[in-house]
Amino acid sequence: MLIALFADIHANRQAFSACIDEARANGARRFALLGDYVGYGADPEWAVETVMSLAGNGAPAVLGNHDCAVSDPRETMNIEAKIAIEWTRGELGRPARDFLARLPLTASEDDRLYVHADASNPRGWGYVASTADAARSIQAAHAQVSFCGHIHRPAVYSLSATAKMTAFTPVTGVPIPLLPGRRWLIVAGSVGQPRDGDPAASWLMLDTDKREVSFRRTPYDIDAAAAAIRAKGLPDWLADRLYRGT
Amino acid sequence: MVKPTLAPGTVIDGFRLGELVHRGGMSELWLVTRPGDTTPLLMKVPLIKEGADPAAVVGFEMEQMIMPRLSGPHVPKFVAAGDFSVQPYIVMERIDGRSLLSRLKELPLPYNEAASLGAKIATAVCALHRQNVVHLDIKPSNIVFRPGGEAVLLDYGLSHHAQLPDLMQEEFRVPFGTAPYMSPEQLKGNRSDPRSDIFALGVLLYFFSTALRPFGEGETLRAMRRRLWRDPVPPRKLRPDYPPWLQEIVLRCLEIEASWRYPTAAQLAFDLGHPDQVKLTQRSERLRRDPFTVVLRRRFNTDLTQPRRKTDVTAQLAAAPIVATAVDLAADVSLNDALRITTRRILATLPAARLACINVNKVHRLAIDTTLDAGGHSKQVDRLVGLRHWAEPLKLDSARLTVHVLEGVDPADAIVEFARANRVDHLLIGARDPSLMRSLLGSVSAKVAAEAGCSVTIVRPLRDD
Repeated sequence: MLIALFADIHANRQAFSACIDEARANGARRFALLGDYVGYGADPEWAVETVMSLAGNGAPAVLGNHDCAVSDPRETMNIEAKIAIEWTRGELGRPARDFLARLPLTASEDDRLYVHADASNPRGWGYVASTADAARSIQAAHAQVSFCGHIHRPAVYSLSATAKMTAFTPVTGVPIPLLPGRRWLIVAGSVGQPRDGDPAASWLMLDTDKREVSFRRTPYDIDAAAAAIRAKGLPDWLADRLYRGT
Repeated sequence: MVKPTLAPGTVIDGFRLGELVHRGGMSELWLVTRPGDTTPLLMKVPLIKEGADPAAVVGFEMEQMIMPRLSGPHVPKFVAAGDFSVQPYIVMERIDGRSLLSRLKELPLPYNEAASLGAKIATAVCALHRQNVVHLDIKPSNIVFRPGGEAVLLDYGLSHHAQLPDLMQEEFRVPFGTAPYMSPEQLKGNRSDPRSDIFALGVLLYFFSTALRPFGEGETLRAMRRRLWRDPVPPRKLRPDYPPWLQEIVLRCLEIEASWRYPTAAQLAFDLGHPDQVKLTQRSERLRRDPFTVVLRRRFNTDLTQPRRKTDVTAQLAAAPIVATAVDLAADVSLNDALRITTRRILATLPAARLACINVNKVHRLAIDTTLDAGGHSKQVDRLVGLRHWAEPLKLDSARLTVHVLEGVDPADAIVEFARANRVDHLLIGARDPSLMRSLLGSVSAKVAAEAGCSVTIVRPLRDD
């Protein structure tokens, strides 16, 4: 079965809907959502409603730090994120806020774990930025394959039976076999705000029969997403960075 | 789950084990059959016991990742794999052919035969590189030949796939490979340079044409590291009749700096296939090794002994294509000028590309063709001169330029076949003016564009209307 995984959607309606369409067109039968549905982008209400509808159809969804900050103002964030979240709080209706507040930090399915950030302390929102971070996260996961997002840059880590780590920057569209002899951490890129230099929306397709994961890129209407950010009075900088993918 | 005991007759996932054909340090090879499958099959089973070399496990994982992604005549066809949870194995096509290892007792081989074997292996290496894989263990025991003559490369346990995680690189900081064939950069821990396979092929060519290994058989790291600064004894010093063109090719493959070797296996195969067109440099004349001062300079040049950055396999191949321009010497000047301008534009951005200028001598199916014209000149030589004259304004280094006169009843067929046999990446050909002749006989360029296996650019002169 094909499962499409989305992380760091960040209220980017144009990117999120393009990814869902492409995933369905490519045969995705299920979805999994790795957190940060809001923040930075112009359409938080639409993004959360879409996530609610996917979750209503059985898609596992976990909490991200931006989603958490909607209901918890103590959440520490940088200034741009803070401005966006304060605005987002006013945009979201009660059902959306309740949905976000009830999201779990982790979700499991078969031999897979879904989490937004470092699984060794999900509430700490640590970035998986190095092999050492990945080793800590994999060891805490108790699953053969774990999936996370948060850092907005795709990466693949594995831990061998002899406790050796490997790190790899995936190539778009080339499936990576998730060999059963080792444990894997798949770091998804960001749907709504890529930061690896490629402005196209980034997501994952998992083939559970072949045990392969492939990193996908979907181009979307950046002009419309950027115009929406400006129209809502959010900082220009949030619109500009979508074009650069940084 | 209980691991099955391996013995003739054991059935694993539908494959029935036959004879054990090989037991090596890291794996066993069994003949296997499967009901309804008539192709001869081989099952490779890694020998993984308590305390076994972890490299055996990782090498097998690499092979399981890489083999299903390979295709073409130069690799064994992948059939099935089993993972470590029950019984790890890979089932593949059994190549019914001779291993290169069996020829060691015949060494040294005649020069032309060594070169022809080398060209076949270079073709196989080229096919592998084009699939983003660097083999990293090119040696006689990993090469077999199909009955049709194509070289097949075996054993991908040490290989690097540019688009998949390199489990070997990450897990083992020491170099893996076969001591006599390992390239300097491999010794320094770079597993991603396709030119490492060209180095190994150079070792093999040297060995097959002289019966001596250029860097000995030393297996200690110290003995292996000597090749980082010590060049091999030139083959002509060992065999006075050694052809200069072959020494040029072999020593270029064995350059310590990867950037001084052939940029691609396709370019190496090209030279091995056209000995008369090999550009001879000082390499071809060498009778002794580099002087001590040069060796010392290399020995203490820290830049040479530093590990290098990862090489981008695709970029390395894309930067060094073989471009062929088909020139009709009888065509309009304006067309041939336009062809030259387009050729120059392509070569300008690619300093490692090489250009083959080709012309077809159309022969008649029935009439007896004479090789001399009415004035007694050789038509062949005239055409070669004409091609060089056409290419002269490009001012190419002669190592990058070759000229070829092909013979054929159908010019388009001859051009397409040349491009196929020489792994040409890009063909340029002029379009003729629409004319009665073309509409009657069909256009050569249209047929080439339709049938060539590579990119084709059809060039027209600027319109003057």
